[in-house]
Amino acid sequence: MRLSDLLRFAGGALHGHRLRTVLSVLGVAIGVASVILLTGLGEGARRYVTGEFASLGANLLIVIPGKTETKGMAPLINTAPHDLTRQDAEAILERVRSVQRVAPVVIGTARANAAERTREITVVGTTRDLLEIRHLKVARGRFLPRDVPEAALCVLGARVARELFPDQNPLGQLVRVGEWRFRVIGLMAPRGTSIGLDLDEIVAIPVDTALRVFNRTSLFRILAEVRSRSDLDGAERAVLALLRERHSGREDVTVMTQDSVLATFNQILGALTAALVGIAAISLGVAGLGIMNVMLVSVSERTREIGLLKAIGVTPSQVTAVFLVEAAILSSAGGCVGLLASVGVERLFLRLYPDFPIQPPGWAIASALAVSFSVGLIFGILPARNAARLDAVQALMRRKT
Amino acid sequence: MIELTGISRTHVVGGNPVHALKEVHVRIETGEYVSIMGPSGSGKSTLLHILGCLDRPTAGSYRFGGQETARLTEVELSRLRRHQIGFVFQFFHLVPRLTAAGNVELPMVFAGVDLEEREHRVRQVLEVVGLTARATHRPDQLSGGEQQRVAIARAVVMSPALLLADEPTGNLDSASGREIVNLIESMNQKGLTLVVVTHDQGIGERARRQIRLADGEVVSDQRRDGTGMAESGHPTSADGA
Repeated sequence: MRLSDLLRFAGGALHGHRLRTVLSVLGVAIGVASVILLTGLGEGARRYVTGEFASLGANLLIVIPGKTETKGMAPLINTAPHDLTRQDAEAILERVRSVQRVAPVVIGTARANAAERTREITVVGTTRDLLEIRHLKVARGRFLPRDVPEAALCVLGARVARELFPDQNPLGQLVRVGEWRFRVIGLMAPRGTSIGLDLDEIVAIPVDTALRVFNRTSLFRILAEVRSRSDLDGAERAVLALLRERHSGREDVTVMTQDSVLATFNQILGALTAALVGIAAISLGVAGLGIMNVMLVSVSERTREIGLLKAIGVTPSQVTAVFLVEAAILSSAGGCVGLLASVGVERLFLRLYPDFPIQPPGWAIASALAVSFSVGLIFGILPARNAARLDAVQALMRRKT
Repeated sequence: MIELTGISRTHVVGGNPVHALKEVHVRIETGEYVSIMGPSGSGKSTLLHILGCLDRPTAGSYRFGGQETARLTEVELSRLRRHQIGFVFQFFHLVPRLTAAGNVELPMVFAGVDLEEREHRVRQVLEVVGLTARATHRPDQLSGGEQQRVAIARAVVMSPALLLADEPTGNLDSASGREIVNLIESMNQKGLTLVVVTHDQGIGERARRQIRLADGEVVSDQRRDGTGMAESGHPTSADGA
């Protein structure tokens, strides 16, 4: 028997019960679409985070004061960590050869006034090199000057500038932050949020000034950019050794690499995606049971037809094939409809929310289709074998239903 | 062509054995026209199913064309039915979603006959049964007599050696019934071996040879020659010599 004849015969049987066919196709379609969309959501989130980190600058070491560790006994002497200072940052730049740029960072929130207007802002105290390290762009004026860590100068984020000085050129104007007054020397280009910090909402000031404004002695963190990715591990060890030496032999800082942060996010989002796919897979399984149910009903309704097929010399394996092919048609049609539906939903979401992170990976689409096809074959086996095992005489004797 | 020796068929119903056929001996030669008659429950349908290889006897030997059918596998029996045996049923057994032509084509579809050959043979047999104009109608658009003619076309489309008809007129008015009987008799005249199971005396007595069953046993096996009736008086066995 030819495959095309088999497909035509099975297709004809399905066509005879349109509503039933449509419903079971729909069941599989929903399963497949949810697998694709939920994988897309998880994968999109992962890519979004990865992209954010890449925009942050790839070869970055992040030095944070304090060290996370668990000890068996409460320390007897005071183990409060040394401050992380601007001098530490400068030492890293001077003594660790693979580090090419360093930016100390102090972050705090404050109220800013300009003329009549007041608003809450995020103050970032830093140095000139932050510009390159975080790939920032200056729209007008200039960024903080090199080697003037204590000047009363500031650079405004795009939204801060727009809102504090709605109708005038902010360059050269004065902004008051707390008790301090700063002259505006530059405006940042709009950038948006990056790792939880809205860069349009910041006011950048020199690092030492920031320490004084917030009355702090320790930096929030030090960002150190190394020349290439392969230098990251060596630089990490060198920075730790240097700071231990500078902090009287105690290892009281944590050095994170971009990679380790990214790996953590990847792990979390990978687990999230797996959970979502698991839920979606359940719906695919339920759709499989739906197909099995429909096929069992179909076999019992078509008992007479099966008896006839046997009488005209159709072999048991051909009978099995007929019903298996029907189940496979149902489920793979469901797979295709589900794929189209998921593409449609994805487009719709992207139109409504252009930033929505949804991007089903190719492997997810391929495996959803493969699974949907095999769902029909697997759940079709039992009904098809029932059909093939029917006793021909009994099946023929059945009166019209 | 057909040689039944000591055929018995026992069903088990509710734990008790029911003897549908007991020690039946029948020989049927190629080209014969045989009717099998008897009251309901006499075993005539069981005999027909065994002849058609849809059912296997519990005991005895059934040789078809010299071949012992008990030794054939399920697949070999399917092939035998496909190529050698055509069935006509009381309730037609047409596939409702297929057209007349589609129903006639069915045995060839599963036999893997190629499309061109299929179309040619469907046209041929539909012409023989006089339904060329109705080829694209579905069963529910056909009268009972027409449906049975489609079933006959389907039964002979693979050019079988044996045509088995189970109450072929049982569900038809007498005019359509006569047409159907004429049709299958004309096929017998062209050499097709014909076995008709019926409880209708009028139909059964048209056959040249009449086998009567009662309680699973052959009670008479009469042969009507060109000149008249010939009695063969052996109650449990008969040969076609």
